[in-house]
Amino acid sequence: MTAPDNSSRQMPRRVALKWLAAAAAGMALAGRVDLAAAQVPTKSGKPIGTDPVLNRDYKPGELWPLLMTPAQRRAAAALADLILPPDDGGLKPSQLAVHEFIDEWISSPYDQTAKDQPIILTGLDFLDAEATSRHQALFADLNAVQQTGIADAICGVTTVAKEYRPQVKFFDRFRHLAAGGYFTTPQGMKELGYVGNRPTVTFDGPTPEALKHLGLA
Amino acid sequence: MPLISDKELKASYDVIIVGSGAGGGQSAYTLTMNGVKVLLLEAGRNYDPLTETAMFQTPSSAPLRGISVDDKPFGFYDATVDGGWQVPDEPYTNASTEAENKFWWWRARMLGGRTNHWGRISLRNGPYDFKPYSRDGLGVDWPMSYQDVAPYYDKVEMLIGVYGSNEGLENTPDSPEGCLLPPPKARAGELYIKKHVAQLGIPVIPIHRAILSTKQDADTIPAKLHPGNPRAQGILAESMRQRAACFWATDCGRGCSIKANYQSTTVHLPPAMATGNLDILPNAMARAVTLDAQGKANGVSFIDKISGREITAKARVIILAASSAESARILLNSKSAKFPDGLANTSGEVGKNIMDTVGASLGGQVPAFENLPVHNEDGAGDHVYVPWWLYKEQKAGKLDFARGYHIEFSTGRRMPNVGVAGPAKPGYGKAFKEDLRRSYGSFVGFSGRGEMIPNKDSFCDLDPTVKDKWGIPVLRFHWKFSDHELKQALHMHQTFAQMIEAIGGKVGGKPATEGGKAIKPGGFIIHEVGGAIMGADRKKSVTNQWNQCWDVPNLLINDGAPFCSNADKNPTLTIMALAWRACDHLIEEMRQGNL
Repeated sequence: MTAPDNSSRQMPRRVALKWLAAAAAGMALAGRVDLAAAQVPTKSGKPIGTDPVLNRDYKPGELWPLLMTPAQRRAAAALADLILPPDDGGLKPSQLAVHEFIDEWISSPYDQTAKDQPIILTGLDFLDAEATSRHQALFADLNAVQQTGIADAICGVTTVAKEYRPQVKFFDRFRHLAAGGYFTTPQGMKELGYVGNRPTVTFDGPTPEALKHLGLA
Repeated sequence: MPLISDKELKASYDVIIVGSGAGGGQSAYTLTMNGVKVLLLEAGRNYDPLTETAMFQTPSSAPLRGISVDDKPFGFYDATVDGGWQVPDEPYTNASTEAENKFWWWRARMLGGRTNHWGRISLRNGPYDFKPYSRDGLGVDWPMSYQDVAPYYDKVEMLIGVYGSNEGLENTPDSPEGCLLPPPKARAGELYIKKHVAQLGIPVIPIHRAILSTKQDADTIPAKLHPGNPRAQGILAESMRQRAACFWATDCGRGCSIKANYQSTTVHLPPAMATGNLDILPNAMARAVTLDAQGKANGVSFIDKISGREITAKARVIILAASSAESARILLNSKSAKFPDGLANTSGEVGKNIMDTVGASLGGQVPAFENLPVHNEDGAGDHVYVPWWLYKEQKAGKLDFARGYHIEFSTGRRMPNVGVAGPAKPGYGKAFKEDLRRSYGSFVGFSGRGEMIPNKDSFCDLDPTVKDKWGIPVLRFHWKFSDHELKQALHMHQTFAQMIEAIGGKVGGKPATEGGKAIKPGGFIIHEVGGAIMGADRKKSVTNQWNQCWDVPNLLINDGAPFCSNADKNPTLTIMALAWRACDHLIEEMRQGNL
């Protein structure tokens, strides 16, 4: 059997085959498809190792290949920007490569992060499929109102319709990773209110305002 | 640090030390400062904290935002090299397949060993801690008292630099004037907890940690530590002047390129090297201690990991400081006709009496900490802790476990990590960001660190079949906590839940209802000691009170292996105090020609 070329856009062929096999197995067992849960992550590349150079910058894709297709990357960038609009004057998450961090995470050789791979990739494919169905365009090309319409359907603020329930976990995991990626950048740290990581001559303890806030002044 | 290669080994040394961590570093320091010629063997690679430490890197510069993974278990930026609960090419085994009967053995293969990443908590054992059997009939007494060791606690504190305060509390010793550096101020959350847990009778006091809150007094301390030895004084003064005071940023577990905290590689080894009396050979994996015809130790055989060759270095005295379990392994692997069950093991106690620290943790979220006005709360890890506060209740039989624990806790607006979204409410956009800003810094985590009593079920021996990459038989662990530890862990959870409630917080998850669910696995806290305990009776112990093996007096064990008990106080400071004391005694014995 030959997997159709468009089965998963530009997903590597070995990944597509694996996913199809897993999905088929899932169907046979459960009689219905919970695609993300049935899929086994693809892992390639070497782990970090026990003696990496610590004091230099690492970029996603440097230690192991990234698995998102160009379309999935565009959808990931757009969703990250929707979830985390920067404060005035800040860069968007996509400009801070937050979606590349998510790609690095799901593509890693570690089970603990790669287990998010089927959830995230299936979810990103859903975004484009849903956008195409609703607006005949990919998710990244929709306007803010259109993107919000799709995000609202799966984010869990209001009751999620039955047909969208498989995507609730995707949105939750994606949001978790996007926030984790964003707020660990210098801009994100500043927006969160973290003002450390700078040398000071003395440790002065809490400010009078902080003590007052806690009833300790 | 300029180290030697195997080609530069001298024909013989006064002393060979195996291991360069707290025990090996202190031994090398004390001996070389007194003119003793030392070879230090380190199983790991050379390591230079001045050039290798990631001081200001943020998670966004690390793979996977620096999370903990199997090969970097304390996160990407942790100083540990080639270490963890699993080390490449160096397996160990457990006799049982049951989780609660497995021991996790942490090692680091680098110059300075675990001192590069340790928590720097430096608490003295108190008087009770040296005489536990006399106090409650459990475990064994040490062959000396707190008063015997106290002068060496003084010296170590002055040498390495420890911040803290004297509070005059039971079995929580004060240090003499001039030993401690001033403690840093408490953080907002730490002060809030102190105020609100007072109603539970729980004291919160400054913790003691091996960090320079101010520069050391290089003008007066050297003369106190090395009276009558002007050369040692000069070398130490220079070494102290090379160390900067803490600048209250970056996590100590990364190591410290400004030498503001204690690690063997910045505090012990540089002055020892400056004496000219120290050769350090890295990548040297010790296999066995060799003996002469009279049964005296005369060398160490080791594998040069670079060439794979086995080499034997010679010396008049051998000191094992390879970590408690690794030293026990070397003894068990040093078999001979005279010592068929392993060297210095006529008592049968080598590998026995292994103890870790009892650990249990519980966290929560505290509404009072939400939206705290922005300020910098970085700076040298924990500033306060809770010492064991129920000695009297325990003595009176009001508790169902015999020994105490202290509480470490973390609060504050620390550097964000990838888990920052935590349990945020559903949503996205501006509302989501506001939700995270509100909750950031509002979490608290409590960790108990308690005393484990040695028992017959917790020991190590050699695995009959498994060998490491170099063909050296590996350790096999046997492990079981007693009810004392399980009940203590349960008490920790109950106490933490009360503390979280007292500060108006919400407990994350559920407190355990049985100790077995609360307690961390053996070895998880990385405080393992014992395996070659000291004693007054050579039939029941491996060494005397000066870490000298009864069977082989020119063989010393200067790591945690001789510990008779494992008080809740973290072991590193005591390892150093005992190593210094043992080396002072050794120098005197060598001078008198007894060794």
